Amino acid sequence: MSAVDISTTTLRDAVALETRPTRPSAVSTSLTFAWRALLKIKHVPEQLFDVLVSPVIFTLMFTYLFGGALAGSTDAYIQFLLPGILVQTIIIVTVYTGYTLNTDITKGVFDRFRSLPIWRPAPIVGALLGDTVRYTIASIMCIGLGLLIGFRPDGGVLGVVGGVALLLVFAFALSWIFTILGLLLRTPNAVMGVSMMVLMPLTFASNIFVDPSTMPSGLQAFVDINPVSHLVTAVRGLMGGVADTGDVVTVLISAVVMTAVFAPITMYLYRTRH
Amino acid sequence: MRDASGPAVEAAGLVKHFTSGKKTTKAVDGVDLSIPAGTVFGLLGPNGAGKTTVVRMLATLLRPDAGTARVLGHDVVQDADAVRGAVGLTGQYASVDEDLTGTENLLMLARLYGFRGTAARTRVSELLEAFSLTDAGSRQVKTYSGGMRRRIDLAASLVLSPRVLFLDEPTTGLDPRSRNQVWDIVRVLVDDGATVLLTTQYLEEADQLADRIAVIDHGRLIAEGTSSELKRSVGQGAVDLRLADASRRGEAADVVQRVLGTEPTLPTDPYALSARVPDDGAHLVAQVLPALGEAGIAVPEFSLGQPSLDEVFLTLTGQPLPDEQGSEEPAPAPEVSR
Repeated sequence: MSAVDISTTTLRDAVALETRPTRPSAVSTSLTFAWRALLKIKHVPEQLFDVLVSPVIFTLMFTYLFGGALAGSTDAYIQFLLPGILVQTIIIVTVYTGYTLNTDITKGVFDRFRSLPIWRPAPIVGALLGDTVRYTIASIMCIGLGLLIGFRPDGGVLGVVGGVALLLVFAFALSWIFTILGLLLRTPNAVMGVSMMVLMPLTFASNIFVDPSTMPSGLQAFVDINPVSHLVTAVRGLMGGVADTGDVVTVLISAVVMTAVFAPITMYLYRTRH
Repeated sequence: MRDASGPAVEAAGLVKHFTSGKKTTKAVDGVDLSIPAGTVFGLLGPNGAGKTTVVRMLATLLRPDAGTARVLGHDVVQDADAVRGAVGLTGQYASVDEDLTGTENLLMLARLYGFRGTAARTRVSELLEAFSLTDAGSRQVKTYSGGMRRRIDLAASLVLSPRVLFLDEPTTGLDPRSRNQVWDIVRVLVDDGATVLLTTQYLEEADQLADRIAVIDHGRLIAEGTSSELKRSVGQGAVDLRLADASRRGEAADVVQRVLGTEPTLPTDPYALSARVPDDGAHLVAQVLPALGEAGIAVPEFSLGQPSLDEVFLTLTGQPLPDEQGSEEPAPAPEVSR
């Protein structure tokens, strides 16, 4: 295959570009990067494995192992657990944002992007947009399985969709933490390791699996300030049809704060990175 | 804006330090460059000499710690965006996405540069055709051979037909045939009026392509000139001999020194002997073998080597090229995108 000859004429023609296009908008550039993220899913479908399998394992395991003991029956527990498992699943998937970013840097793809005359945050914003597709797939998996094994949300379709939407907003904001790790750490695996260390306490020391009222007071204090707990409460509320505006607003505010703090740090690191 | 008569790329006093832990290394230590439009400039040096760092600063990927640089009249710091719109970059650290196909990679770049719809697709097929990648377009880049990989990298940096092209070690790791293809491509681009800054570890490559060559070592330019000027400073290359009888190496060395007038070096191999051909001494080479024959010294192997980067270094710095380990100071970090 390498025994090909480059035709000087076609090369000359290709180089002699007659009309130069105008520069695309920030939105169109970001969408191009989102398209790239989707192409990656198409070419490397293995990356969806975690997204598809972990919600199944967690939901089944927790429902049937602990459901009876914790809530009296698996049926009662799934109503409580499912929104929490959904939150946990999506939050764990956000780690891949940092992992993919770091892989791009390691492989030199990012320097190509940085050398382009484009809106600077576009590669990262686009990747995050592409990731929301991944989160949506994971949400559908998780809720679909829940419905099969007895999850009956009182909030109806609207409540469930609202819960997922709130979760996606939060995940987008949280991803900026992992983009920072992706830019700071040396290898994709280091990003994975450190991110998991951040996520473990955030997800387990929360109200995802059990009501925190039985926890020691120190832990309860942490659970209470843990933004993941607020998110879980809000999503439960929305899906259960008893949404508390206060919780939803708290989650939205924390999403805005996370984006306002971590997105500029990410962009600073992105610009000054060598 | 650009002064039509000015150089396409100019740099004055470029400095870049890298700090890892407590140790600070001057990766680039005061580099001045002036590359006329429409020419090829070769930046020649060993691993870790600062070549990639210079290119990364000129391509706006790294901010210089001191000094200034302009590309087509645009300052690389103040006017970085204009520079990005005018240059193409190919190198180990500005790569394409291996998971995507060749077509998808180029389509993504075409869209990022502002081509829309069919215009983007047309541009991509033109480039695939020009780089003999049409058949491979629908395959993931990770399945490409080394030569194809380098061609898709080149195509990626030519989507917008940049007037200035930075090629960072474009042929490192390629087989001779693919290397020749890359050289041909560069010649076409320059014929077409592009300005090329090329970094390389190979004197031959700089010799083949570059109008002017600068030799860089420890972040400083230690020599600059045309290829023939540099070669003149190095001499005509070296004569390498291998003797039948190791015990007669001393005698052979005396004969060679008498003929060429330069002192032979004695490699660790006891049968080997080599000597630099003096400037304007090419005609003396033919006398070496007869002189050895007269002395009754059998020479089963004889070769005349072109001056190598090693010899350029030996001549310019008085020191041989640092070996792989020594050259990587302070670790590969400065050359890598960290």
